[in-house]
Amino acid sequence: MLTAHAAAFQINGKTLVSDIDMAIPPGKLVALVGPNGAGKSTLLKLLSGEIKPTSGAITLDGRALSSFTALDLSRRRAVVPQSTALSFPFSVREVVLLGATVPGFAEPPEHIERMALDCLRTVGLLALEHRLFTNLSGGERQRVHIARALLQLAMAKRAENEPGILLLDEPTASLDLAHQGVVLEEALEQARKGLAVMAILHDLNLAAVFADELVLLSAGRITARGTPAEVLKDDVLSRAYGCEVRTNRTPSEGVPFILPHYIRAR
Amino acid sequence: MTSEAIPLSGSRAGKTHRMSAAQVIIGSAVLLAVAIVASLSLGPTGITLSSLPRALSAAISGTTDATIAREQLVLLDIRLPRTLLGIFVGASLAIAGAIMQGLFRNPLADPGLVGVSSGAALFAVATIVLGNGIAAPILAPLGIYALPVAAFFGGMVTTLILVTIAGRHGQLMIGTLLLAGIALGALSGALTGLLAYASDDRQLRDLTFWSMGSLGGANWPKILAVLPFGILIALLTPLLIRGLNGFLLGEAEAFHLGINVERTKRIAIVATAASVGAAVAMAGVIGFIGIVVPHIIRLLAGPDHRVVLPGSALFGAALLLFADIIARLIVRPAELPIGIVMAAIGTPVFLHLVMKRGIGGSE
Repeated sequence: MLTAHAAAFQINGKTLVSDIDMAIPPGKLVALVGPNGAGKSTLLKLLSGEIKPTSGAITLDGRALSSFTALDLSRRRAVVPQSTALSFPFSVREVVLLGATVPGFAEPPEHIERMALDCLRTVGLLALEHRLFTNLSGGERQRVHIARALLQLAMAKRAENEPGILLLDEPTASLDLAHQGVVLEEALEQARKGLAVMAILHDLNLAAVFADELVLLSAGRITARGTPAEVLKDDVLSRAYGCEVRTNRTPSEGVPFILPHYIRAR
Repeated sequence: MTSEAIPLSGSRAGKTHRMSAAQVIIGSAVLLAVAIVASLSLGPTGITLSSLPRALSAAISGTTDATIAREQLVLLDIRLPRTLLGIFVGASLAIAGAIMQGLFRNPLADPGLVGVSSGAALFAVATIVLGNGIAAPILAPLGIYALPVAAFFGGMVTTLILVTIAGRHGQLMIGTLLLAGIALGALSGALTGLLAYASDDRQLRDLTFWSMGSLGGANWPKILAVLPFGILIALLTPLLIRGLNGFLLGEAEAFHLGINVERTKRIAIVATAASVGAAVAMAGVIGFIGIVVPHIIRLLAGPDHRVVLPGSALFGAALLLFADIIARLIVRPAELPIGIVMAAIGTPVFLHLVMKRGIGGSE
């Protein structure tokens, strides 16, 4: 399991995150929420192994993350970046295939090809297979990266007791309502299949609907953690975001939802 | 690695109209074969296609065939080393360009443009001018390898300075890179000019040759001197394929995909410096080939380095041989510096690139 133990990260004397104790359990979708500048992306970089904590530790199955080689880590976890610009014209299908060919996973090519198309179908982009990545919209690019990450985890050989980990950096940022649902539905589905999934989400309502667990980050510290009902409370959110927040519940399902208070002032 | 066998390009039908990797590699190889035959037979002493095999086998086996003695001599002493050097220089410069573009994630990165060639030339010129004087104790033991080794370090030092300056903020900044590269290139040029003052007449003629580039000085000792570099490049380049493909997505993404980012960068820098250093040491500064060749291969087959690297090597070698043939035929019996021919070919392609993509490289 991917776990943070009192992890902190400082740079140039500035503390970006501190006292982080959390775990991403297999089978669960954890949503990392919090205001801008709370340290969400820094925490994701710590958990992915991209940066090392300046104090505390990040461990995978009890072993320090920094003791894994990049290749070993790539068998265990995939990361979906917020957005990347490509300077060279890859087709959509080629970008997805990079998920298996860059780590060099030794699978039969036909198998990788088939799985790549499966992953594209999963994110609803099969029709764009031959389009150039550089010509896609922001939302489409994000979904291509998700397909690439899914292929990476699908093609990596892992033992039964080594579940894969999927980290997503604001996967719904440039998506419309329908595609936000498609992507998070898929993230949840992957969790149900056994992956440990963590997504940075800006939209608390989406987090309330899809996440098993919410981790609320504020000023670099975890200020609340638990089920959506436990975290999405007026006082907790008002303090974290520094503005008045009122939560409600949908009449039929009882799912918490939030409308910012300033709407009422109109 | 079985994954190497995955078809590289998009299918024939669809939005990406590309040739397959095999088509591009085989096409480039055929082109190179034609270029080699042309390079061996064309020149002030024409060697007909029918006598070429005979002269070649006689030259290689060391026997003498009186009827083609002249052809044999020309072939052995001039054409063969010149053609081999052309293959090496063309392939090295094209590979160096492809690697740099992959490393900096920008199609405009080129050893000639960002001062790496000038840095290599500066060190090479310094070797010539100072080789018998103050630098003799270091250079003398290196023998014929002194020049390529010095140029290699010149290229390496320049590349390291570039990476340090442009990579301060964790990510390589292309604007900074180009500006720093132009500045370093200008400085190297100025220092090379300074060395010209300290040089005698014969050295001065050599220096002109450095700035223009030529395969004219090719001989067997030179071939021998670049051989270790050729082997080094051939060994290092395959190690870069997966890493550079990962870099296409970004440095963080390459790490997420299992690439040892720092190691890949180090190998890329050594391979670039070795390619540019050895090429510049033997043939002077020849521009544009590092930009034009990988660009054409990417247009034909896409940006996958499994085809860009070997394709660039083959196509670069062929292009340089053709440029050299033009250089030695167009103003017969004199010779044009090959750098001038390459600039005439390269400038339009480069301008096309700049107009299409802008300086940032993304569309």
